[in-house]
Amino acid sequence: MTDIAERKSAPETISRVVVRFAGDSGDGMQLTGDRFTSASAIFGNDLSTLPDFPAEIRAPAGTVNGVSSFQVQIANHDITTPGDAPSVLVAMNPAALKADLGRLEQGGLIIVNRDAFVERDLAKVGYDTNPLDDDSLVNYRVVEVPMTSLTIEATASLGVKPRDAERSKNFFALGMISWLFSRPREPTLEWITSRFNDDLVRSANTAAFNAGYHFGETTELFDHPFQVLSAHMPPGEYTNITGNVALAWGLVAAGQLAKLPVFLGSYPITPASDILHELSKSKHFGVRTVQAEDEIAAAGMALGAAFAGHLGVTTTSGPGLALKSETLSLAVSLELPMLLIDIQRGGPSTGLPTKTEAADLNIAMYGRHSEAPLPIVAAYSPSHCFHAAIEAARIALKYRTPVILLSDGYIANGSEPWLLPDVESLPDISVEFQEGFNHVAPDGTDEYWPYLRDPETLARPWAIPGTPGLMHRVGGLEKQDGSGDINYTPANHETMVHLRAAKIAGIAADIPPAEIVGDADADVCILGWGSTWAAIDAAVQRTRRSGKKVAWVHLTHLSPLPANLGDVLRSFPRVLVPELNLGQLCRIVRADYLVDAQAVSKVQGLPFTSKELETAIDTALAAVHSSEKGAA
Amino acid sequence: MTDVVVPLTTKKDWTSDQEVRWCPGCGDYGILLAVQTLMPELGVQPENTVFISGIGCSSRFPYYMNTYGIHSIHGRAPAIATGVAVARPDLDVWVITGDGDALSIGGNHLIHALRRNVNLTILLFNNRIYGLTKGQYSPTSEVGKVTKSTPMGSIDHPFSPLALALGAEASFVARTHDLDRKHMMETFRAAHAHRGASFVEILQNCNVFNDGAFDQVTGRKVRGEMMIDLRHGEPIVFGENGHAGVVMGSDGHLRIVEVADVGLEAILRHDAHRTDPSLAFALARLSADDPGHSTAVWSPTPFGVFRDVERPDYGSMVGAQLAEASTKKGPGDLRTLLQSAGTWQVS
Ligand code: SF4
Repeated sequence: MTDIAERKSAPETISRVVVRFAGDSGDGMQLTGDRFTSASAIFGNDLSTLPDFPAEIRAPAGTVNGVSSFQVQIANHDITTPGDAPSVLVAMNPAALKADLGRLEQGGLIIVNRDAFVERDLAKVGYDTNPLDDDSLVNYRVVEVPMTSLTIEATASLGVKPRDAERSKNFFALGMISWLFSRPREPTLEWITSRFNDDLVRSANTAAFNAGYHFGETTELFDHPFQVLSAHMPPGEYTNITGNVALAWGLVAAGQLAKLPVFLGSYPITPASDILHELSKSKHFGVRTVQAEDEIAAAGMALGAAFAGHLGVTTTSGPGLALKSETLSLAVSLELPMLLIDIQRGGPSTGLPTKTEAADLNIAMYGRHSEAPLPIVAAYSPSHCFHAAIEAARIALKYRTPVILLSDGYIANGSEPWLLPDVESLPDISVEFQEGFNHVAPDGTDEYWPYLRDPETLARPWAIPGTPGLMHRVGGLEKQDGSGDINYTPANHETMVHLRAAKIAGIAADIPPAEIVGDADADVCILGWGSTWAAIDAAVQRTRRSGKKVAWVHLTHLSPLPANLGDVLRSFPRVLVPELNLGQLCRIVRADYLVDAQAVSKVQGLPFTSKELETAIDTALAAVHSSEKGAA
Repeated sequence: MTDVVVPLTTKKDWTSDQEVRWCPGCGDYGILLAVQTLMPELGVQPENTVFISGIGCSSRFPYYMNTYGIHSIHGRAPAIATGVAVARPDLDVWVITGDGDALSIGGNHLIHALRRNVNLTILLFNNRIYGLTKGQYSPTSEVGKVTKSTPMGSIDHPFSPLALALGAEASFVARTHDLDRKHMMETFRAAHAHRGASFVEILQNCNVFNDGAFDQVTGRKVRGEMMIDLRHGEPIVFGENGHAGVVMGSDGHLRIVEVADVGLEAILRHDAHRTDPSLAFALARLSADDPGHSTAVWSPTPFGVFRDVERPDYGSMVGAQLAEASTKKGPGDLRTLLQSAGTWQVS
């Protein structure tokens, strides 16, 4: 007996695990995943998450379209992706099993809510026979738990009605998984206590969670629990952060570092709305948020605030970016600082609003009428969104230009542990307003010329309303360089078009050069941007661990590109550009540098898996080697 | 303290060095002159004043004012001005727009600026035509209007700008016209004094593409019998010796009557401060037989302040929430913010 007890209580140590929680939209799977993540973060694991939910708020219950999932990888070492294939799938109903079984690794563990596998729900998703009873799951380990009835039983003594008790079944699942992976219970129990005000709901969730935990401990369904030891992470204070929250905090920080009030004009759009929500909570930082009447107004308000001396920001996703295009062009012409944040999603049109894609590079780069270049910064991970926001603000303020910051649904909703930066070490990005006259008229009177540029940055002065003597008008009409007066002459227009382009191109001298990660003498170089960072990182590590050489350059500045990028890319026989689009950056580097870069595309509303990129690298390496052999 | 404002500036201080480029004879000149003449009397300073316009003939206006200004995008002036006014409640922000700019391409921004009661003084130059694009019909053109884009006559039912503004919950609504500088100045002064969104329709003659559009009302010969001067608290009478007046029938309709026929006590008394906008709305629809003046035939038309009610302005409310948040949470601290979602230590 002692033997068994010991066997049951001694957890097996594993280095990493990928768990996927899947259920109906109303089953609370995002919350369950989020709590498991938090407990793991506090425990000290490294982790990465992938929430995956339908666009419909309440898709028909029990259907495949209505399945909401949350995938998390936890590890005892540095990881960057939520994992390619889950090894554990928690399926709350047949639809969840149907939707996510294909993702599970062979031999993986499936924990199902047995109570939900009834005829009606099976039929709804096209199961003729119950997969738990036929042999369709023979390649997996299946654990059937009547989660609904056990939850009802566990909460009955509290006076909870069965219908209400059912709503706590996700906490039962969470308790079970918490035991299975040896998560401490306290953080979750504390969270339940602080989150739910209603006494009955609070005690029902607590009871369900504890019941799930004890169920794991006392039943023989699982041989033993597992544990993922804490990762060796650099010492310091950590928080678990999603990209959208990091971005919002980055904007608050940018305002502080620039010593300017932040003004956000925004119209609700998935997956960007959380930035509006988060900044609306930051009023004590002097952050003003206006939920505008439409996307166009949101951009207009940000530009108006910029004219008035604020850090003007507007947040959106692809369809909104299209609507804001005209305002961006005006901002280019007015040469005022402004930030546009685009959380990319699957398109065109409404597309896949809750799924990720990174196909707005073209519209960010070219989506304005006439010659209207502007800087583009791309965030590559949830926590990087914080720094990317500060960098985008720095460029906008210093060069008096609208800047587009690209993020995407994957990093916006995904989370990772973040070693909090030392606030003191963040850069000073403040700029000075014009206070006095800057020009002398031929008749000797002092005057203010709104377009008299800084010879180094080519930025024009920023004189804000309220400054005596510096009253001036700006507008969309072409203006005389220097004086800013309306000017339609051919030569002046050409000068202005070139000046606006030169100002943006010149920023290349003010950003870090492209840096090679990995083997500088490799035959294949990966060129990445944005959220592909995580999968590339994992693929590059695996490739190199297997003894092969590969190089990697990741861009956070897409316009202008780093000054040395052409030389770097030309030094490799082969350049691969993985993108969640059909090769938008790839075409840019081919055109700009005449390098024979090859696109690696994926447009499924999902991030790359590291396996996909590892395969792409292997194929490219093999191609180089065989052509070398052919040549020899 | 004295009631008399000693002008700190002169008209010259408000006039920019830019050459005015409207067509000779355009009604816009008179409006510009009225504004430039009025500004010194308001006791405000050019550096604290911002003029924001969209696109159209009227939208060139900011270039001619020696203040801060933006000549922006077609229709977007109210949105851009909202950004300025919310960011800086200390500024005097004016919006200059036209019937095409404000009511067609920018209709959404106009109604929302009014609804929010952003502290803006909005001057809408209504000439019932597109001037800058050379003569297409506008959202205020009458049905049947023959223009380049309506060779067989317009079939679009027009807006009444004032009725639209009232429907959008505007707290200040007035009408004036380009031929009467004194009336314009008086109306603009009241609009400027109102805290919140003030909306002024200015009947403006485009002598090139829609000459005489308002002659039936504002023409010097007919004015006396066709213009109804609204005065708060006074009976709504007009015409020579106030012989005509406005009454509300038992069916709720406004009618024009001879005062002698009904007696002065039966005449409606104008109340611009009524919270209920229905009277202002009825007055806004009085101007033509066909509501919304969809025909070119005019009947006596009210001018002056239709509505002037107090409602907190948007920028001040935004500021108040900022102050309240600071009081409750203390001034923002970045490190505290980064720790706000819970943290853990790795040693
Ligand atoms: S086209 Fe009409 S509105 Fe425009 S400037 Fe000429 S007269 Fe004035």
